[in-house]
Amino acid sequence: MARITLDALAHSYSPNPTGPADYALKQIDYAWEDGGAYALLGPSGCGKTTLLNIISGLLSPSSGRILFDERDVTGLSPERRNIAQVFQFPVIYDTMTVAENLAFPLLNRGVERAEVDKRVSEMLETLDLTTQARRRARGLNADEKQKISLGRGLVRYDVNAILFDEPLTVIDPHMKWQLRTKLKELHEQFAHTMIYVTHDQTEALTFADKVVVMYEGEVVQIGTPEQLFDEPEHTFVGYFIGSPGMNILPGRIEGSTVTVAGRQIDLGRDYPAVEEPIEIGIRPEFVAVREAREAGTSGVPMSVRTVEDIGRYKIVRGEIEGGRLDAVIDESDSVPTSAAAVFDPARINVYRDSHLLRARG
Amino acid sequence: MDKPFDNRAWFFVLPVFVLVAISAIIPLMTVVNYSFQDTFGNNVFFWAGFEWYADVLASDRFRSALLRNLLFSAIILLIEIPLGIAIALCMPRKGVWVSVCLVLMALPLLIPWNVVGTIWQVFGRSDIGLLGRSLEFVGIDFNYGQSAIQSWIIVVMMDVWHWTSLVVLLCYSGLVAIPEAYYQAARIDGASRWKVFLHIQLPKMQRVLLIAVLLRFMDSFMIYTEPFVLTGGGPGTTTTFLSIDLVKMAIGQFDLGPAAAMSIIYFLIILLLSWVFYTVMTNFGVNAADRPEADR
Amino acid sequence: MSGEGARGGAGAIPPSTSAEEALERAEEAPAKESSPLAGLGGNSRLKALVPTLYIVFLMLPIYWLINMSFKHNNEIVSTFTLFPENPTLDNYRVIFGDPSWYGGYIDSLIYVVINTLVSLSVALPAAYAFSRYRFLGDKHMFFWLLTNRMAPPAVFALPFFQLYSAFGLIDTHVAVALAHCLFNVPLAVWILEGFMSGVPREIDETAFVDGYSFPRFFVKIFIPLIASGIGVAAFFCFMFSWVELLIARTLTVTDAKPISAVMTRTNSATGLDWGVLAAAGVLTIIPGALVIYFVRNYIAKGFALGRV
Repeated sequence: MARITLDALAHSYSPNPTGPADYALKQIDYAWEDGGAYALLGPSGCGKTTLLNIISGLLSPSSGRILFDERDVTGLSPERRNIAQVFQFPVIYDTMTVAENLAFPLLNRGVERAEVDKRVSEMLETLDLTTQARRRARGLNADEKQKISLGRGLVRYDVNAILFDEPLTVIDPHMKWQLRTKLKELHEQFAHTMIYVTHDQTEALTFADKVVVMYEGEVVQIGTPEQLFDEPEHTFVGYFIGSPGMNILPGRIEGSTVTVAGRQIDLGRDYPAVEEPIEIGIRPEFVAVREAREAGTSGVPMSVRTVEDIGRYKIVRGEIEGGRLDAVIDESDSVPTSAAAVFDPARINVYRDSHLLRARG
Repeated sequence: MDKPFDNRAWFFVLPVFVLVAISAIIPLMTVVNYSFQDTFGNNVFFWAGFEWYADVLASDRFRSALLRNLLFSAIILLIEIPLGIAIALCMPRKGVWVSVCLVLMALPLLIPWNVVGTIWQVFGRSDIGLLGRSLEFVGIDFNYGQSAIQSWIIVVMMDVWHWTSLVVLLCYSGLVAIPEAYYQAARIDGASRWKVFLHIQLPKMQRVLLIAVLLRFMDSFMIYTEPFVLTGGGPGTTTTFLSIDLVKMAIGQFDLGPAAAMSIIYFLIILLLSWVFYTVMTNFGVNAADRPEADR
Repeated sequence: MSGEGARGGAGAIPPSTSAEEALERAEEAPAKESSPLAGLGGNSRLKALVPTLYIVFLMLPIYWLINMSFKHNNEIVSTFTLFPENPTLDNYRVIFGDPSWYGGYIDSLIYVVINTLVSLSVALPAAYAFSRYRFLGDKHMFFWLLTNRMAPPAVFALPFFQLYSAFGLIDTHVAVALAHCLFNVPLAVWILEGFMSGVPREIDETAFVDGYSFPRFFVKIFIPLIASGIGVAAFFCFMFSWVELLIARTLTVTDAKPISAVMTRTNSATGLDWGVLAAAGVLTIIPGALVIYFVRNYIAKGFALGRV
């Protein structure tokens, strides 16, 4: 268990970085609390694996420091940092049995045989692998192998944090849920700090207490799943989280009134003066689709292109003046022929230069 | 991949079958034929039963040649396989040096075998050779044409020079296929370098190693040209291997019966020993017949 | 502070990358150092020493041969120098001037090329059959093919001689090319089958559905996909045929005599002309060196043979 602090951490893969484009990881200052469950969420290439490898010590950052509790571990190799890492595909030792696989990290650290056996049998039980203990690890299926990979990390006494690099990638879809649940259980039981890298928002939002969203090497937001959903601080977060993602439309703001698609909407909150065009973001869940006449002046005329029936709800995809618009309606609702979109003013976010603009006061 | 059953596929295989059958079956039939017959000359043959086989198996000449081959193959495998693995482990995995290394290492593999013999002849002689002269300079009286031990040393050195690269290239290709994550996980598990070798690299190289061992065993057991050019089989019969003996008998002395019997025995020995190697290696340790997808 | 309440996650999940792409990214994650023992400690200077020493060991005899090829025979036998005192091109002139010498190279190249072409053309359809279909005796056939690789050439020397004499093919390029097929075709089939099995059957089926006739499909679609496999197979065919001596010498007299046989001829009554011999040797190394240079990018991948 440890508090992990990133101090002015940045990384570039080129030896002489000249500008921000050369940095795979732009400067981060953050502290991961002891015992928390975190997700690093972002699209491919956003730098999350780089960050994970820096935390585990497999990669040395080109600038900045990383501290475990108050200790500077930037120069320490992985085996001395007391971390465990689970990779995208199961990494097991083919020649050994399941039990021997789990015993391996302990034996390497000189733990006594009796103690090793005890720990291993405990771990086998925790992972529901007791019946497989004597089997050659090579013969198991993917999710059992991932459990072994995980077990090798948990079996050690000295683990500060467990890092997961997209661990469910090769797992069958119906086993993903089981494994996720198991991970959550383990977190509650052992209270290790867990950092989970993924590009799948479902995994991130269901696993983590706090989610770190990354985009193009930068941390764009850190928050609970609710915070990410309700108040995305960056248009990318709005777009990436949620399915479908947030609608982003161009507009202007003055005082407490925002002008979008030719309509003026009173937001009920006062914003600082901004002359340039801004963008508003509103989640499809808060866009209602009404009959044009019924909506009146508060409705924005919308041409509907498709309606997707997901089951418990429907997604209406269409266009208004200013761009595309998605709306989520109840499964029993029908889409009127001449439709208008009505926005919930309380749920409209304002973005200047892709960043959230907060109301005054 | 589920393969459908279709006997019409035989048409595709027919050219290969015909070609190889003519090249293999007809000559082999000839050989088998000769091995069971004897002649007093004038192309008149009569049935001799297993006489030739018995003769050959009992002859000192055959037995000593066989022993020489077994000893030679054993030495070769014991040197070339570990050496090849060691070199493959030390080679860079990325960068410009990779190409340079691979090209230079592959060069001996593409030299005609008699030129290999010639190169070592020219290299090892004490009058004109760099190696020979250097050894003389250090005080060793090096004349491989006259010393049994020295002739073996130079023949072994020549083979190591010639073929180790094959083992290196095969092992290297196996090593390069190991994903980085395995090494990373091993570091985190605190594994020592030896354990990484034993538990990750060696198992992953199982398949290529099998091929390397089989190829090197078969080829070293069949060796002909290189030692023939280098030592001519000498001094005396010290480096007369089975092939050399066989060719001398068949083409030199035209002793068809014994040569034929010896050919069959020779071929059968190789098949048997190859099968033994294959069975032992695929059952010892991880089963090499598994497809790689099984452990992902 | 639980993770629920994410209404956005209840619906469609953004497309996740396939396992292969994930694997590729995992493999491309940069290693700290560049050797297989990356990051496991150990002196990387020491590690670089091993292949270096080995390569020096490999190059020494070759350097010596080259050295010798530029010396006159008398210089060779009388003095001992690391570099030629009076460098000369005479040895090479002998070879380029005497048809019985350079003819040897040409003859070798001819039958090697013929062999490679023949081996590949019969191996391709056969490999396709093994890869795509099951048929009566397929496993046995495949195994039988491989056992031919285990046949000692010495066993076949005399029988081949008799066989090809019977057809009047002694001393022709075709004879040697065909004889080498015994060893090269099984290897070519094995290599090609491995690469072909890596191409999904769906591609064949799609092509047929799209209206391709089989020959057109094979030439226009399939062959480009296995191009590197064909390269590897051709490389091995060339390699074996170019270097083999025993059969090549047995089956030829003068017309198709390979250079390797010509060289052994210099063991004449007038004693050995080391200089010419060395020059001839150097010239036989060059085709091999060129071939390796051109396929250098495929060597490491190629030895994986697609299925290894």
